[in-house]
Amino acid sequence: MPVVHIATVVPISITVGANRIVPAIAIPHPLGDPKMDKVEEKLVRREMVVKALNTLTTEISEQTVF
Amino acid sequence: MRILHYINQFFGQKGGEEAANHPIELVEGPVGPGGALNNLLGDKAEIVNTIICGDSYFNENEGVAVMGIKEIIEQVKPDLIVAGPAFNAGRYGVACGRVGKLAAEMGITCISGMYPENPGYDLYKQTAYMVETKNSAADMRKALPNMAALISAFIEKEGKLGMPAEDGYMPRDLRVNMFAEKRGAARAVDMLIAKLAGEEFTTEYPMPVFDNVAPFAALKSLKDAKIALVTSGGVVPKGNPDHIESSSAQKYGEYSIEGIFDLTEETHETAHGGYDPVKCNENSDVVLPVDVLRDLEKEGVIGSLHNMFYTTVGNGTSVSNSKKFGAEIAQKLLDAGVSAAILTST
Repeated sequence: MPVVHIATVVPISITVGANRIVPAIAIPHPLGDPKMDKVEEKLVRREMVVKALNTLTTEISEQTVF
Repeated sequence: MRILHYINQFFGQKGGEEAANHPIELVEGPVGPGGALNNLLGDKAEIVNTIICGDSYFNENEGVAVMGIKEIIEQVKPDLIVAGPAFNAGRYGVACGRVGKLAAEMGITCISGMYPENPGYDLYKQTAYMVETKNSAADMRKALPNMAALISAFIEKEGKLGMPAEDGYMPRDLRVNMFAEKRGAARAVDMLIAKLAGEEFTTEYPMPVFDNVAPFAALKSLKDAKIALVTSGGVVPKGNPDHIESSSAQKYGEYSIEGIFDLTEETHETAHGGYDPVKCNENSDVVLPVDVLRDLEKEGVIGSLHNMFYTTVGNGTSVSNSKKFGAEIAQKLLDAGVSAAILTST
């Protein structure tokens, strides 16, 4: 079962051994940005989730930050 | 000896999580734990300046933070940099370690202190001397004397510290050439005899703990995939029905999102005590993106979103508990026929 880790502090993600890593926006709101309006924020979240989903169909041979 | 001390917003008395975005501040003399450390050092050394920096600020703006701290070091010209102690605070430990790496690059030694499971140790152990502490600030009264002892040894030995066990810091995974009384074969046989006799012996080359797993094969397609959501960001149904601990979690929760298309202020919140919860409490989709995954499910981009999500609080939670939770959650997902998981962390 492939897993993708969405995390803001990428070095921690690497240290704990995640293989598919997608950098996030900020620690308290990895998939959101309070500076954006709701519509824009959801769009950004969708882009990140689609990016994360696409890592799941991407073959990798080692830890990879997308 | 002039010391520059790096501490976070909490120990710098700026506030808790609400002040985690506090930018770099340089103040004269010692602050917080620096005062006690200064007293322990007596007239051997003095903390001349303290850098206070918010944990989120440092980790979210690492490049800028490192640049700013570099300028401060150039200005203060300390003989030694002390960072922390950070105990098991992950972002603080990473910041302390990164300051140590910067110091090393500038030819200055950094002495820090943290819990061995703090990611800051593993990341930066080779570029700083780190005293082992327990996992919470309750250990301050032991951590500071241990750090003071290491600083004293550093002063007395003019910067040439001995082996980790001798001077009281955690192994740095560095090889140092030295002369031994007995040759290697004889030492190995001594060790073997001790082992056979059930006596204690100290290995000269501990086996590294490999915790990595090979990446799992990719999915062929998303269209028929069942995707599950897992988080260490503490998202729970409003009211935290299973009382997941806000730090050092002892359990994880599994909750249904059947028929839920959006997480709202009325339905969900975070139990996590280690980051500013305001945004997540307003709209937990920013940590657990149920809303967009439901859209993608409806549009047929993914086969389905698994109707259960799994959650715990990754705040000072022990590696052993995390491993246990992870193994149980993974098994449950496999049993439910889940094809892949998205894990989100704060």
